[in-house]
Amino acid sequence: MTTALRDWRGRAGLLLLLLALVTAIAAPFVTGGDPGNVGDVVATRFLPPFARDVHGVFHFLGTDRLGRDVWTRLAYGGRISLAVGFLSVLLSVMLGTTIGAAAGWWRGWPAAVLTSFTDFALALPRVVLLLLLVALWRPNAALVVLILGATGWMPVARLVQAEVRALAARPFVEGAFSLGARSRRVLWRHVLPNALTPVIVAAALGVGNAILLEAGLSYLGLGVQPPTPSWGNMIASGRDTLVNAPWVATAPGVMLVVVVVGCTLLGDALRDVISHRSSVIGREAL
Amino acid sequence: MLRMIARRVLTGFAVVTGVVTLTFLLLHAAPGDPAEQLLGPTATAEQLAAGRHALGLDRPLAVQYLSWLSRFGRGDWGTSLATGRPASAMLGRAWPATARLVLLSLVLSYGLGLGLAAVQAARHRTTLDTTLSIASVTLVALPGFWLGLMFVAVFTYLLRVLPAFGIAGFDVDELHGWARLVDALRHLALPLATLTLIGIGGAARFARGAMLDAIEQPFVVAARAKGLTTPRVMRHHVLRHALIPIVTLLGLSLPALFSGAVFIEAVFAWPGVGRVLVEAVQARDYPVVMAATAVSATLVVCGNLAADVVAGLVDPRVRAREEVTA
Repeated sequence: MTTALRDWRGRAGLLLLLLALVTAIAAPFVTGGDPGNVGDVVATRFLPPFARDVHGVFHFLGTDRLGRDVWTRLAYGGRISLAVGFLSVLLSVMLGTTIGAAAGWWRGWPAAVLTSFTDFALALPRVVLLLLLVALWRPNAALVVLILGATGWMPVARLVQAEVRALAARPFVEGAFSLGARSRRVLWRHVLPNALTPVIVAAALGVGNAILLEAGLSYLGLGVQPPTPSWGNMIASGRDTLVNAPWVATAPGVMLVVVVVGCTLLGDALRDVISHRSSVIGREAL
Repeated sequence: MLRMIARRVLTGFAVVTGVVTLTFLLLHAAPGDPAEQLLGPTATAEQLAAGRHALGLDRPLAVQYLSWLSRFGRGDWGTSLATGRPASAMLGRAWPATARLVLLSLVLSYGLGLGLAAVQAARHRTTLDTTLSIASVTLVALPGFWLGLMFVAVFTYLLRVLPAFGIAGFDVDELHGWARLVDALRHLALPLATLTLIGIGGAARFARGAMLDAIEQPFVVAARAKGLTTPRVMRHHVLRHALIPIVTLLGLSLPALFSGAVFIEAVFAWPGVGRVLVEAVQARDYPVVMAATAVSATLVVCGNLAADVVAGLVDPRVRAREEVTA
């Protein structure tokens, strides 16, 4: 991680992510408070950015059609979007690691079944599944996390499986076995910690992807439901006011880009560190 | 090679069957059923039971599944609950629109992305390379539906130059020859630009890596030593070599492109499979959902298959590996 921060991409990525995270966590302190606050609609609706309403309240990013402060909604919406992104990736990492480790460590038909299952799941069109699942049950944030997690574990499983396979042939595994450790213990204590490095990269890239998908679903009205703000449903609500209040849809889109760029840059920097380290290890092994 | 194609066709068939089966089970596991949808909230229990009987929903699940599968296999995809039209007709009209959008965008984004990557690889570690890297990361991060909306705001509302909705103008039947083509292109412009811009970012990021790998190969040094100019080295030696991983990615990026198209079609009211799917899902139009899922899975599987075949044609090693594992 420290090595990744020596790369400008690592620093920039982390900075962008922290910016969004801090804003979201500190939302009550950096904003006017209630994101659903509808006050004097007629007097405060569609105020442009940097405007003051009749009550003298300053609106950094303007207001939407119900007079709600866009900056406040942006910060609170970030809580939902970021939480959905991180939690769903956490879920898919856990699922993918379990399945991938089992398929890579043990041999015989269960491993073969798990591998084919992963290949099959990888070939499913993810968005089609997402649309179906979200539309059939009543969508809420927890369900979106569950569904994004359950449809995103396959790349992680593949990575972990390949890594576990490769590590199983290494001398330290044989060493652990010869000391009398049991198979499950060797996998848990010796192999898995070493196999998780590429997963971190996949997770960093996955968070960006999950946040975009959540926003897309919310945009279609199938994700987090209004009045709870999420960046996706904020864009959807700004769609109808593109002409007279373009800032309503612009602001959450820019935040989405910032966060996803942050994830991608951080992931790129981490990947370079890891591939560099593994090539060094490879040379030592020779 | 033929053996590989046969294997892939079989796998693809299994995937489509799996997707359709999964959809069938999900639809039946979900709360609410077509009888409730058709009869509305005022229906009595007896009416609902009669409706379920008429639709065959009171039979065992396995029987329903098999009878649906056999009808589906014979081309009887049922009628839409929402529009009353045959599901097959709705999708028959929709899939060419999606294919047109996705394929054109694939060609354009890879063409432009490769060009961008070649410039970056030739000017590796310069300010130009870094700037273009930041540009491509930003392009990948753009939410398609949001970029589409921004394009609509600028090109349709502000500049009033391009249409924002649909595949053709209302007067399309009156147009002939050039005018008709221009109308089609004008409607295509915004959705295609949205999908392509995002695609360029992904293609450029991957192609840059592949080209940097190629540039370190001894034959590139040899080509330079012979005194070839940089553009010539890039075109004839680096690009050729880097094409192999890129073609493989092309196939893998098809599902992503199709997913992107689902959202873009929703934004631009593009009458493709994605829009049919989204509308059917929202209206719980079960026969159309089943048909649209099957069609989109088939499109994705066909794309992957095509990419595998092309990769095999380009790189003899892929063929060899397939034959060893087969």
